Amino acid sequence: MAAIHDLECRGVRKRFGAFVAVDGVSFGIPSGSFFSILGPSGCGKTTLLRMIAGFEEPSEGDILIKGRSVLSLAPNRRNVKLVFQHLALFPMMNVAENIAYGLRCKGVARGEIARRTADVLERVGLPHAGSKDIGQLSGGQKQRIAIARCMVLDPDVLLLDEPLGALDLKLREQMKIELKMLQSQFGTTFVYITHDQSEALVMSDRVAVMNHGRFEQVGAPRELYHDPVTAFVAGFVGDSNRWPGRVLDRDPAGVRVETDSGLTLAACEAGGVLRRGDAVEVFVRPESISVTGAQATDATDATDGSGEHNRQAGRIEGTLFNGANSRILVRTSTGEQVEADLPQRGPDIGFENGAPVVLAWERTGSKCFARAGEDPAG
Amino acid sequence: MNQRSIRRLTLFMLLAPFLLWIALLIVLPHAGIFTLSLREKVAPLVYTVGPGNYLDFFREPIYWNTLLRTASFSVLVTALTFLVGFPIAYYIAKIAGRRARGALFLGCLIPLWVSDLVRAYGWMILLRETGVVSSFLQWTGIVSVPVELLYNDATVVVGLVYTVVLFMIVPLVSTLDGMDNSLIEAGYNLGGNGLTVMRRIVIPYAMPGIVAGSIVVFMLTAGSYLTPILLGGKNSMWFTEQIYEQFITRFNWESGAAFGILLLLFTSLTVWLGLRLSGQSLASTVARNEA
Amino acid sequence: MRKFKVLAVLATLAVATTTTPAAADTLRLLTWGSYAPENVIEMFKNETGIEVEVTFSNNEEMISKLRATGGGGFDLAQPSHDRIHAAQLEYNIYRPMDLSKIDTSAYDPSLLAAVKANTTIDGEVYSVPHFWGTSGLVVNKAKAPDLESFADLCDPQYEGRVSMRLKRTILIGMGYAMGEDPFGAYGDIAEYERIINAAAEKLIACKANVKTYWTGGDDLSNLLRSGEIVASDAWDGTAFKLNTENPDINFRPPSHGAMGWIDTFTLPRKSKAEEAAYQWINFVMRPDIAKMMSSHSGYVTAHKDGGDLTSDQLKASFSDAFSNDDVANIKWFANIPPGLEDIEGKVLERIKAAQ
Repeated sequence: MAAIHDLECRGVRKRFGAFVAVDGVSFGIPSGSFFSILGPSGCGKTTLLRMIAGFEEPSEGDILIKGRSVLSLAPNRRNVKLVFQHLALFPMMNVAENIAYGLRCKGVARGEIARRTADVLERVGLPHAGSKDIGQLSGGQKQRIAIARCMVLDPDVLLLDEPLGALDLKLREQMKIELKMLQSQFGTTFVYITHDQSEALVMSDRVAVMNHGRFEQVGAPRELYHDPVTAFVAGFVGDSNRWPGRVLDRDPAGVRVETDSGLTLAACEAGGVLRRGDAVEVFVRPESISVTGAQATDATDATDGSGEHNRQAGRIEGTLFNGANSRILVRTSTGEQVEADLPQRGPDIGFENGAPVVLAWERTGSKCFARAGEDPAG
Repeated sequence: MNQRSIRRLTLFMLLAPFLLWIALLIVLPHAGIFTLSLREKVAPLVYTVGPGNYLDFFREPIYWNTLLRTASFSVLVTALTFLVGFPIAYYIAKIAGRRARGALFLGCLIPLWVSDLVRAYGWMILLRETGVVSSFLQWTGIVSVPVELLYNDATVVVGLVYTVVLFMIVPLVSTLDGMDNSLIEAGYNLGGNGLTVMRRIVIPYAMPGIVAGSIVVFMLTAGSYLTPILLGGKNSMWFTEQIYEQFITRFNWESGAAFGILLLLFTSLTVWLGLRLSGQSLASTVARNEA
Repeated sequence: MRKFKVLAVLATLAVATTTTPAAADTLRLLTWGSYAPENVIEMFKNETGIEVEVTFSNNEEMISKLRATGGGGFDLAQPSHDRIHAAQLEYNIYRPMDLSKIDTSAYDPSLLAAVKANTTIDGEVYSVPHFWGTSGLVVNKAKAPDLESFADLCDPQYEGRVSMRLKRTILIGMGYAMGEDPFGAYGDIAEYERIINAAAEKLIACKANVKTYWTGGDDLSNLLRSGEIVASDAWDGTAFKLNTENPDINFRPPSHGAMGWIDTFTLPRKSKAEEAAYQWINFVMRPDIAKMMSSHSGYVTAHKDGGDLTSDQLKASFSDAFSNDDVANIKWFANIPPGLEDIEGKVLERIKAAQ
């Protein structure tokens, strides 16, 4: 018997007419963790969140908070608080009134309200903001007040619906860290909804990747990044080179794949057993590929997909400079375009456009999945 | 002509209709009425200047009673209009679907397509002793003898609410429409029940619309003439009727003018008080300063 | 600059069109509800080419409208004979009539003489008669057989079943019913005030009897027709018309005398179609037209054969209502001295305001 989860969903399904927005989602979130639901827009993550908050009723399944079903509870009776996408701070109240609102609804005594309001403002680092109007706050301050307004009520779970979406990039980076700090400081379970993988990866203890109403994979950010179990996760989380192809043959260590443009690769099966001739997609992360300079002559010989290592010759087409994350674009001799990390150290190679290079990566760096819509068994 | 004077001329030309309208149709007539109100009629064809017409108003209880009656009924009508109009506006802005919204709005507009007079006669056909409602009640056996539903204050109030409710609904729909639904959801999420959310979030948010609607409704009601006269019957005393009587029956334009000015001042004062009590300014009811 | 010229011309044009004198082929008539039947207007247009624009009104509004414009806006008005003298003296809203333009031989000599006498100022005549009638009671005989005087309107057995028109007629009628002589007191303002105040007290005391105060002929007709009231003060013409629908309802000259009035033709001071006005006056006094108009309005015209130039129904209703004694007992409205309306108006306000 597992420990009681702060939030647990069991087979939750939601239909809008013929459309299934959430399709049998089950998960449990242990106390005090930062859990993200990551998915493209329209994947059903907001509907799931609204069911947890009580604004929608599941068509099937059960939702439990601290081990008790909350389906029969009205939204205002659930101890689950929600930070809205546009924060939904009440414009006709000042900061302190916004925070006091929930306490007043609970019937907390006046003095106690003042004390707790001041306390939570202190904790979010805005001790003197109580008398300010909402319009006087900056984007980041509003963010913190929206969280404070929920946290002052001591919720079992705090839901956050893409609250960083409206902020500019710099502030968003800063708020990611701040949110993470706030979460560990309050120790409350956060459920964070986002379509931005970097937000999910940076802040979360665990991330669920959602697509078409289902969870594709749930795991720690590291697992999702390095061991995706579906093609969707491999493509959605992090950057990858992505090539469609077919299985040429199997060997004990994995498969050999020929891409549609004729490149032969050694790959490993990441999403289940494949058979010869299956349509597949191969994902290779840019940082798995090492780039070395080459003489134009060995470049053609270097192409080799038969062994444990992949080696491909090609010519540089361009450089994408981005500091530590700089990349180069290489056109292989078979015509594929490959993105690879620019080596930061090592022999000084003249990475000019048109220069011949050799790309190399381990077999485990090529993740191979049956192509979406084509059952590997079929 | 240089660039600058052309620009100035353009501005003037753009403003001209507005200024003409203000000057010819608002300022001038009021100035005329005010001057007239200071003329005292001593005897036929003999006049002096003085505040006598205003003093008459305060000396004669009928006059100020009528004004107070008009004002209190107008406040009542405004309050009832809000109670009737708010749920309708809320339904239109927040609950009804896109399609139904247009139809409902149109439904609210339809009564305005016929004149005040026709509407009042419509009520008379419905409510008179031998009218539709009375006959229906007898047919159902709820009453055994004809009932007179016309010619009392309640009917006047109902008729007025019906006439002006749209002017409450329109500004309310537009403010509520601009309200993000997530504010309401946040209200529930943070533990508020339906009443709390309404009282502490929706109504404060809609306050500018409520105040704007109330001002219009109050002014329209206090200045209405036909509805109170036709539906009110023998006891209906409405201040506009008093003004009409002064001008038409008594040929006493001077005191009619004074009454007109007094009605204007009194309604303005009431509106000012309302704004003070609701903590709104006239500017905020026109345009919201959004965060 | 050309643009400005164009604008200026347009503006002048706009002002000009709104202020051009009404074309001579239009007659703007200010009159009572039933005094301008459609078919007569149609015939007049066919014969003379003159269009008649009608505005319905009553005595008080006629004076106020003309006062507001200094006698403009209308080409011919129809105030009652007693409301011209004072209004002309105080507001100068009418102009004298050229009787040579009118076929005076068509008129009943006594009515013409009476109107001339009432509306002569500085030797000039301002009005000629058109319709005459009386004010008295309209009664539903089946439901109020004994209602004979204005005082009976206050009989408690008719509680909530009578109506009145809250104008000067009800005050004067009630005065007569109380045994006073209001017309006789016209010359003595204090005495007159005493009489109408007493009448007002009585009217306030019996306000419970009143269902509602009627304001127009249609209003009154609906109340009687539907049976919502059994009696009211009324013009005889309105009552006669109801009599044709329901024989139980008819005019009843009060025991203290019906009050007689003559509605006139009078020219507003700024009349712009005086010739058309004379044409209309002569047209409606033609025997065939007079008969049509009389049947339509329910009143008798001032034509010398007025009593005959009307419908048989109207004749029947009239003789059903009036005995010879009743006719002899008619109290004719005398010219109102200036200022009386103001006093009456205040008294009427008091009645309306009383609870």
